[in-house]
Amino acid sequence: MASRQFATFEVANQLFGVEVHTVQEVLSYSEYTPVPLAPPAIGGLFNLRGQVIAAVDLRVQLGMARKALEGQVMNVILRGDGEPVSLVVDRIGEVVDLDDDTFEPPPDTLSGPTRELVVGTFKLDGRLMLALDVNQAVDTQRVTT
Amino acid sequence: MEDLGEIVGEFLMESHENLDQIDRDLVELEQDPNSRDLISRIFRAIHTIKGTSGFLAFGRLEKLAHAGESLLSKLRDGVLPVTPTTITTLLATIDGVRSILASIEETQAEGDVDIESIIEQVNAQMNAGEAPPAAAPAPAAETAEAPQPLEETPVRPAPEPVENQRKPIGEILVETGAAQAQDVGSALAQQIEGDERKLGTILLDEGKAQPAAVSEALQAQTPKRSIADSAIRVDVDLLDTLMNMVGELVLARNQLVRGVMETGDATLVRSAQRLGMITSELQEGIMKTRMQPIEHIWSKLPRVVRDLSQSLGKQVQLVMQGKETELDRSLLEAVKDPLTHLVRNAVDHGIENPDQRIATGKGPEGTLTLRAYHEGGHVAVEVADDGAGLNVERIAQKAVENGLLRPDQIPNMDRRDIMAMVFQPGFSTAAKVTNVSGRGVGMDVVKTNIENIGGAVSVDSTPGEGTVWRLTIPLTLAIIQALTVDCGDQRYVVPQVAVLELVFIDGQSTKIEYASGAPVYRLRGKLLPLVRLDRALGLDVGADEGVYIMVLQADGRRFGLVVDRVLNTEEVVVKALNSRFKDIGLYAGATILGDGKVGLILDVSSLARRSHLTADAERQNLEASARAGKGAGSGERLLVTAVGERRVAIPLDTVTRLEEFPRNRIEHAGSREVVQYRGQILPLVRLSHLLGAYGEEPEGDTVSVVVYSEGARSVALVVDRIVDIAENSTTARRDAEEDGLVGTAVIQQRVTELLDVRRAILAADPNFYTDLENDELLVEA
Repeated sequence: MASRQFATFEVANQLFGVEVHTVQEVLSYSEYTPVPLAPPAIGGLFNLRGQVIAAVDLRVQLGMARKALEGQVMNVILRGDGEPVSLVVDRIGEVVDLDDDTFEPPPDTLSGPTRELVVGTFKLDGRLMLALDVNQAVDTQRVTT
Repeated sequence: MEDLGEIVGEFLMESHENLDQIDRDLVELEQDPNSRDLISRIFRAIHTIKGTSGFLAFGRLEKLAHAGESLLSKLRDGVLPVTPTTITTLLATIDGVRSILASIEETQAEGDVDIESIIEQVNAQMNAGEAPPAAAPAPAAETAEAPQPLEETPVRPAPEPVENQRKPIGEILVETGAAQAQDVGSALAQQIEGDERKLGTILLDEGKAQPAAVSEALQAQTPKRSIADSAIRVDVDLLDTLMNMVGELVLARNQLVRGVMETGDATLVRSAQRLGMITSELQEGIMKTRMQPIEHIWSKLPRVVRDLSQSLGKQVQLVMQGKETELDRSLLEAVKDPLTHLVRNAVDHGIENPDQRIATGKGPEGTLTLRAYHEGGHVAVEVADDGAGLNVERIAQKAVENGLLRPDQIPNMDRRDIMAMVFQPGFSTAAKVTNVSGRGVGMDVVKTNIENIGGAVSVDSTPGEGTVWRLTIPLTLAIIQALTVDCGDQRYVVPQVAVLELVFIDGQSTKIEYASGAPVYRLRGKLLPLVRLDRALGLDVGADEGVYIMVLQADGRRFGLVVDRVLNTEEVVVKALNSRFKDIGLYAGATILGDGKVGLILDVSSLARRSHLTADAERQNLEASARAGKGAGSGERLLVTAVGERRVAIPLDTVTRLEEFPRNRIEHAGSREVVQYRGQILPLVRLSHLLGAYGEEPEGDTVSVVVYSEGARSVALVVDRIVDIAENSTTARRDAEEDGLVGTAVIQQRVTELLDVRRAILAADPNFYTDLENDELLVEA
């Protein structure tokens, strides 16, 4: 049975996951530089060992209000297309091995911005994990309504 | 097969270098036809190309190189004289070789470059002189000339094997006036009689020359050798990677040092400081590896000048000064085309025909001077000709015709501002369009290209005496001098090259006014349109008082940027911004600030565009700048500081950095105050003490200092406050009787004292200059 590894994290009490190979690292960071006039999903910029990384606020991408970037905030840093980019999340979960047979397409009732970001649902013990489309999740030019 | 590719690649690179050298040497040979050294060098270079191309089975290339070599051997043996025609033929041969090389580079094959006509030309040359008939067909000459052993060619006049380019030390000393010709002569005679000491040593021992002068002469002597003999090729990508890694190392070091300081463990602190020092040196070293002397791009210019002046029937002598001045590699590339354009333009339009020159009482030969030198954090490159100069009336007239200026503006404008019109797109005053220049494309492209790399272009000209084009280029692309400013609760970075001056708005004597809603400031009587940074960034708009106006210039527009606070100047490492921020257009990049946070670098020209400066406002702006420029002239830029009740100005070009140090970091060493700074112990001198301006110590937890560095040494001058940066445009200036000052002047309507920087530095560190000189001597030993 084919299985895949997912790194999981929570945003607004919903468990999300991305495939482990797309993740560069996970870290918490507290100093963000806001970028005025940037797309609303850009939470800010931060310094990752001398590299300037854009933090994408997953809440905004999911059609929710901005997350206040105060204190330590968890970042899932994705390798991205050519340059790393970070997803700001609420809490980091475990890395899980998931069999393909636990996968189902997103339920038809799921709509709105979340629907566009999600490729499917994994049924875990006692809760559901939504698998994110990494490229969509960090696309800040996407029109969010 | 792969290996062969590498060999060919190396051959191409080496040959390109050789060809450039040959180009230069040929042009030089034309000036100095009897130089056997030059002929030998050219001969050797072309012989190498011939040999390698034979080895790599590039038959046509070999044949062509061989033809050139044959002709050269005739010159070398004195069978043929060196004439402009032979030089032209040889240059044509070199061009042929170049085309074949280019074809090899592209297609791995020699292609169908027409070498036959060149060879014919060469043969015609050889027959033209009274060459022995046997040498007529090229193949015959081949057998005669090819086996000549190389070692025989150079005839060396000096008793000891001096490197072919190395100048005798005695000659340098005499030229610089550091020693008398007769002393050098007698010292040389001593050497011939068996004295085994070096020439410099003899002169020193007999007190005929100063140690500093000798060490300087030795240094002047060495660079040529080091460039030629002790260099290796390194992949630029590798250097970039190293550069990035060092950047990370610096950040890790900063964090470590901060952590260690908190522990207070003396041994650890020492180790951390040592690590800090090594890291700084490493960073500097890596930066240096990316630096190349400007000679790299100048080397093609003698040829350009020669070909162009010959085709135009002009006589031009090219003088190059400061060719060892170094610039970051990527910048050199960016400067190459603009510089070539300026040189071509100067030959084409700047320097007159020989008849015209003679008619105006000049020699028939014009001089084109290329000059490069360091100035502040920049490199200045000048292209100066001694031609007729720019015709200001003609430019003004043309500017009016093109709708760039209104006729009534002209009388009020400064000459230099009118001249600057030539940088406008589509502007050309050339009476006739040539294939070289005058098509109205060019100067604006020069300007755009230079501004793209954060530089600036200006022009000055004196009728009848010539024109000077001046490029100001940052030292590296990666690191820029910048001012950090606060706006709202965020910090932003403004490239210093765009900053003309700073004005503090207190709401009383200086204030922001509104012209039907548009904020303006009266800068020396002229209206300066203002852009509020907070508004431009879409933030909450703050008060009009207690703010700063940064007078900025970009795209030929002058405007004021209103910010809450101006902090200090800093060297920042520019990081490219992610493409997702390109559309905003307001940011030129990002950087890591001293506290480790990310700071956004503002794009000044797009701020200028975004500021909705209407056409009218622009004109006003232009007018204002014309007036302002008039007053400013070429005055030096001064950093105005407050010391007690007094205002003290320091020439800006002597200032390395401005810093704020926490008071509690000031320590004592003997009777002196010092502070730890970038892994060094930095001596402090309080200007208030030096100038006897005792007053109340300014409050606050930090002190403002002006750091001055020379070589590895730095001192810091403590002032109460940094007030402003101003141009010293005033005439009211008298010499001061007071110690520590060189004079007083009226700057911005206030009496300001001009600091004697050297004295102030000596007060901080009496050994500052002497140690420097000793260091130089050590190098020599």
